[in-house]
Amino acid sequence: MQSFDLGKEGLRALNSALHALKGQTNMTKWEVVNPKGAHAIAAGVDAPVDITVRGSTGYYCAGMNKLATIRVKGSAGPGVAENMMSGTVIIDGNASQYAGATGRGGLLVIKGNASSRCGVSMKGIDIVVHGSIGHMSAFMAQSGNLVVLGDAGDALGDSLYEARLFVRGKVKSLGADCIEKEMRDEHYQILEDLLRRGEADGKAKPEEFRRYGSARKLYNFNIDNAAAY
Amino acid sequence: MCGIVGLFLKDPKLEPKLGEMLTDMLVTMTDRGPDSAGIAIYSGARDGLGKITIQSSQPESDFKGLDGALKEAIGKPVTLLEKSTHAVIELPIDQIQAARSALAKLRPGVKVMSVGDSIEIFKEVGLPKDVVKRFDVAKMKGTHGIGHTRMATESAVTTMGAHPFSTGSDQCLVHNGSLSNHNGLRRELVRLGKTFETQNDTEVAAAYVSRKLEEGQSLGEALESGLDDLDGFYTFVVGTKNGFGVVRDPIACKPAVMAETDQYVAFGSEYRALVNLPGIEDARVWEPEPATVYFWER
Repeated sequence: MQSFDLGKEGLRALNSALHALKGQTNMTKWEVVNPKGAHAIAAGVDAPVDITVRGSTGYYCAGMNKLATIRVKGSAGPGVAENMMSGTVIIDGNASQYAGATGRGGLLVIKGNASSRCGVSMKGIDIVVHGSIGHMSAFMAQSGNLVVLGDAGDALGDSLYEARLFVRGKVKSLGADCIEKEMRDEHYQILEDLLRRGEADGKAKPEEFRRYGSARKLYNFNIDNAAAY
Repeated sequence: MCGIVGLFLKDPKLEPKLGEMLTDMLVTMTDRGPDSAGIAIYSGARDGLGKITIQSSQPESDFKGLDGALKEAIGKPVTLLEKSTHAVIELPIDQIQAARSALAKLRPGVKVMSVGDSIEIFKEVGLPKDVVKRFDVAKMKGTHGIGHTRMATESAVTTMGAHPFSTGSDQCLVHNGSLSNHNGLRRELVRLGKTFETQNDTEVAAAYVSRKLEEGQSLGEALESGLDDLDGFYTFVVGTKNGFGVVRDPIACKPAVMAETDQYVAFGSEYRALVNLPGIEDARVWEPEPATVYFWER
């Protein structure tokens, strides 16, 4: 186990050490103590290592993550796991704005609530939120799955492309071009897998969720609107 | 970007440490706003006494003999405590208006930062660490306080353009964001008799809240009205003699984190600002909801 005191050694030293890990490494277990809300903790990691952050983090924790498993034993600031490529990021507490934004792959798990714009422009990432999410979540989401055990705020899935949104609780309002869709067998299977991997299988069952997706009305220009331009 | 910190104490035992805690919080937010910094401290009212905090770019000449001159003008006892470019004038509360009129004649170059029976505002251009040192904020006591570090987007980097803005007795407001309808609103407020020191958007928001309070609204109601009338991005933290309020615009892009324990309610633009507060590990930490007014009063 590599233990790293962020208060003493500083952020750049931490991220340099983590960036030096390429491919296979013997140093597979890392612990970061005294994060104190610092920005960009463990951003840009590209190795199959296990990192535990003991405390709350600031902006962009685990951003661009590739292969690593990063667990935050606290809450995360804005942009956690932004543009994640692969691997797993688990937040034990709450996440601030735009968690998992533009993520291309991997799994982001938030055990508490996520704030506004969760999964904005997500492009293949899977996000499991045990609590609720704020307004404008999954805005322009392109692919991947967003699973919410609690409620969703205003304008869920506005201008959505092909991401799948599963919400168990109430949806305050749907955004433009986002509609409720039927749950088919394939969706129950996706949910079962994500709930299990998202450490939520004891909390919710796939059949309790509703699915939301794109009505695909914004994909093409509607000629009836020509006069508006 | 800007940084906001705020602290509302529930436990009187922490009151001697208010300035010290706010100083640490504010300096942590330096990289959100290195242009200028300011702090509003509510140091508690003293029976029958009021305070005017003033600022001058020539403090040596402006503050010299000012207490005597004011005493002569209003015929009541006046004390003056100099703090760098600022000074706090203490006088009978019913003499504040008379003293302000006298001050404008005696020292036309002097600016009034705040008036009231509890509030003191200190603000200057420069890094937060230098600004708090200049005014010795760490030694200040009080019941609640608000600090701001500014990264200017809207108007010039000047002392008067720094936050907090005070446009009413014992009131102040700080802002992270920018307003888009402040010019129109300023014209309306001028028609209603408000005066402005700057071209700054935040000063308009402060004057708007003051006006609503004058019309008889509570702080909560005034902030609710602001949700309809103020257009733009904002996280506001507002102070009054007895309270402390927070509101974010409906889009809520501008960050805000709050923490509450039995001892205090704290506000920070980022969690980093709160990490050294006592008992933060067990505090209830949350983000204020968009378009929702929060306030605490004693």
